[in-house]
Amino acid sequence: MKLKLNIWRQIDRDAKGAMQSYELDEVSPEMSFLEMLDVLNEKLIAEGSEPVEFEHDCREGICGSCGVMINGQAHGPQKGTATCQLHMRKFSDGDEINIEPWRAAAFPVLKDLVVDRAPFDRIVESGGYITAPTGAGPDANLIPVPKDAADAAFDAAACIGCGACVAACPNSAAQLFTAAKIEHLNLLPQGQAEKHQRVLGMVGTMEQYFGSCTNHGECTEACPKEIPLDYIAFMNRDYVKAQLKNRKLLGQR
Amino acid sequence: MIGNLDSAVPPGDIGDKWTQHKFDMKLVAPNNRRKLDVIVVGAGLAGASAAATLGEQGYNVKVITYHDSPRRAHSIAAQGGINAAKNYKNDGDSVYRLFYDTVKGGDYRSREANVHRLAEVSVDIIDQCVAQGVPFAREYGGLLDNRSFGGAQVSRTFYARGQTGQQLLLGAYQAMMKEVAAGTVELVTKTEMLDLVVKDGVACGVVTRDLRTGAVERHSAHAVLLTTGGYGNVFYLSTNAMHSNATAAWRAHRRGALFANPCYTQIHPTCIPQAEEFQSKLTLMSESLRNDGRVWVPKDPDETRPAAQIPEEDRDYYLERKYPSFGNLVPRDVASRNAKTVVDEGKGVGPLKNGVYLDFSQAIERLGKEAISEKYGNLFDMYERITDENPYETPMRIYPAVHYTMGGLWVDYHLQSNVPGLFVLGEANFSDHGANRLGASALMQGLADGYFVISYTMANYLAGILGQPAVPTDDAAFTATEADVKNRINQFLSIGGTRSPDHFHKELGKIMWEHCGMARNEAGLTKALGEIPALREEFYKDLRVLGSGDSINQSLEKAGRIADFLELGELMCRDALERNESCGGHFREESQTEEGEALRRDDEFSHAAAWEWTGDPSNPQLHKEELVFDNVALTQRSYK
Ligand SMILES: Cc1cc2nc3c(=O)[nH]c(=O)nc-3n(C[C@H](O)[C@H](O)[C@H](O)COP(=O)(O)OP(=O)(O)OC[C@H]3O[C@@H](n4cnc5c(N)ncnc54)[C@H](O)[C@@H]3O)c2cc1C
Ligand code: SF4
Ligand code: FES
Repeated sequence: MKLKLNIWRQIDRDAKGAMQSYELDEVSPEMSFLEMLDVLNEKLIAEGSEPVEFEHDCREGICGSCGVMINGQAHGPQKGTATCQLHMRKFSDGDEINIEPWRAAAFPVLKDLVVDRAPFDRIVESGGYITAPTGAGPDANLIPVPKDAADAAFDAAACIGCGACVAACPNSAAQLFTAAKIEHLNLLPQGQAEKHQRVLGMVGTMEQYFGSCTNHGECTEACPKEIPLDYIAFMNRDYVKAQLKNRKLLGQR
Repeated sequence: MIGNLDSAVPPGDIGDKWTQHKFDMKLVAPNNRRKLDVIVVGAGLAGASAAATLGEQGYNVKVITYHDSPRRAHSIAAQGGINAAKNYKNDGDSVYRLFYDTVKGGDYRSREANVHRLAEVSVDIIDQCVAQGVPFAREYGGLLDNRSFGGAQVSRTFYARGQTGQQLLLGAYQAMMKEVAAGTVELVTKTEMLDLVVKDGVACGVVTRDLRTGAVERHSAHAVLLTTGGYGNVFYLSTNAMHSNATAAWRAHRRGALFANPCYTQIHPTCIPQAEEFQSKLTLMSESLRNDGRVWVPKDPDETRPAAQIPEEDRDYYLERKYPSFGNLVPRDVASRNAKTVVDEGKGVGPLKNGVYLDFSQAIERLGKEAISEKYGNLFDMYERITDENPYETPMRIYPAVHYTMGGLWVDYHLQSNVPGLFVLGEANFSDHGANRLGASALMQGLADGYFVISYTMANYLAGILGQPAVPTDDAAFTATEADVKNRINQFLSIGGTRSPDHFHKELGKIMWEHCGMARNEAGLTKALGEIPALREEFYKDLRVLGSGDSINQSLEKAGRIADFLELGELMCRDALERNESCGGHFREESQTEEGEALRRDDEFSHAAAWEWTGDPSNPQLHKEELVFDNVALTQRSYK
């Protein structure tokens, strides 16, 4: 197939970027979206133009590196699919495709389609762990975890940290990511001791970087792991409880 | 010549060595630890677990990774599971059996003492991960579930759906982030190590490039840990993440670290066959699928019917036929070679006739679609996204692909390379899997090294240099290494040729797959040893890297990695040629039994081959570590 690609090009963080158009023929429907960009890049290099920079690594939808806006949709048209797993058979001959980086104040563009997602690490740093120093754990089967709880925790833990939820949100909120990270741990017996500090710490950091949630639900729609909105409700519930119960906080009031 | 390689294996009974040695090794007192700087390069399972543990203990740790977040390390993609000798299934497992299976699975080319230690600490890993909140699969009673993997007759594999690597890595990453918050671990992301700094024969730091700004920087430490993963991408097409590469290990090799058993490559039997020329990587379908899927090809090479219409009597379930006791669960090397045999016989399936069937129809009949979906749902979905075929209805098509490298930097029992102060953990070292790694054992090894081994063995080293300051970064050793790094970058940018880095990578991959892949022989390897240096020469003449060195430039990053692959590939072929026997993943056509199975030659090759850099990539120096088997009797492996 033959495609017209409009791609965001930006030299560095401080530069002003712009869309640039490219024609690409001989795109096979068996190619993945990123393989299509590989072909474009090889062509650009052969012509003496700088290739388009985009993030990727596993190409299996698990590392969360990839992610671009495809015709205005984070990760493109296929539901539950990261950019790297999207295949060109979802497009047709003659299509025009707009390809842009994630747009969010907290994710500045570093070059072309590459953005800086470091604030996600800052959120995790603020409580996204269980303090269990190496060697201190009891036998793994000592505390049975009901299968339902393990499954619910897993559904949250499936988040790949790609940032599509933020990119899709009209407010650039990071509620879905933060909720997934918190609830993975808060739903497990092992996560109970730090439950309140965790939600307060992580939500606090989230609010420093990201916008606020007004329940659009675009995040879940864009999420390659289809993390349900329920987790945001769980997070809000935990947050309210933590505010009431956190002794340290109460003591300060 | 470095003399006889000393593996530093402590004396004593195999079952007591590690316990006794932990007591015998020197310790560093808590108040001294914060005065000691440790660099960890790479934040996969091995690196993140090491950094978390060393941070908790109070060392001053710096973690360097080329990813924008450590959570993206290649380990994230591991699917199937992690082994541990918990014997929760009461089916006869034990530390000794895991040890035995691993030595046998590795075709008797690993170091017994290391493997036993690995089996011992395996049980602690599961406890650790569960305490961190890793959501392993559970049974309805709330206890942990297990499945079985190739090369074992017990169920000892713990798993988290088909995303075990992801969940284990998130556990280790989160534990590390806890230390980042505590201030013991400093994270340096989007930064690639480009060289090791060695002063007076001792590792004292690294030189890196910031991938965002291009800044070349110096980092000094009392100990350097390389946890930078394997080198399967030398083949261009593999299941490894696109950026996985050998540069950290190769640069250390060029600074004096021995590279051991480079030819030991694992070709994984269950990957989605290549579809066409532009393909950028291959996707693994976890080995766990072989628990319920049956492997077959049509008996007739000219078969044209769709799989479902081929009656039982016209199918050849070749693994079940040839290996009745292990059946579809033979080790990876055996499964891969047999797939190659039937495809070479023209019985391959799919449009390019380059695969074999992995069929779930009977399992779905027996257990129901829901049970199968619960176990493998995400793998089935992934398969469908890539191939547009529904594996609940038509059998999967699979074919072997490069997956893992057993070879790596040589380390002793302490995981220390022959360069003092340089430790190597995880897939980057050569230590535990011999000539073939069993499924679910890489995750185990990475976490064993990082959580439970390095803190003891590194302390033993650091205790000996207590009170010495780290080499300052303005030392001549740093200045010289930094200059080398900058020269190399400038060289790539200024060649001004016509071919992209990927072009050379693909060419190298073709040579490697053809001559150093699933089957190797003298003629092919000799040919490759001529072709690779020629390709390397062309690379330095005709490479084209556009753009500059002071911003994000992935072509430039690739160029450096491919330059190193072009040297490592040659060493792999040389090692494969030198090892004139078949063992595990290394199959020399000249050395096979009458039935076509791998034939080891223990009299001549019961050693690890450790290569020394001499300055000329075509002329390395070979050293040997003789392998001693006091516990496991060497036999010809049989999975019949
Ligand atoms: C698809 C797939 C599935 C697998 N499934 C299983 C399984 O089910 N069970 C199992 O036991 N094993 C499995 N394996 C193998 C296993 O995942 C790996 O062997 C293991 O994760 C390697 O861990 P590591 O910590 O040694 O290195 P990696 O996870 O490879 O980490 C290395 C990291 O170091 C960093 N790095 C590398 N070089 C540099 C540099 N120069 N500068 C800065 N940073 C650098 C990068 O971030 C890189 O990601 C699988 C492998 C693949 C490819
Ligand atoms: S919640 Fe979904 S969209 Fe957001 S970072 Fe996680 S996986 Fe990506
Ligand atoms: S490249 Fe890893 S998720 Fe897309």
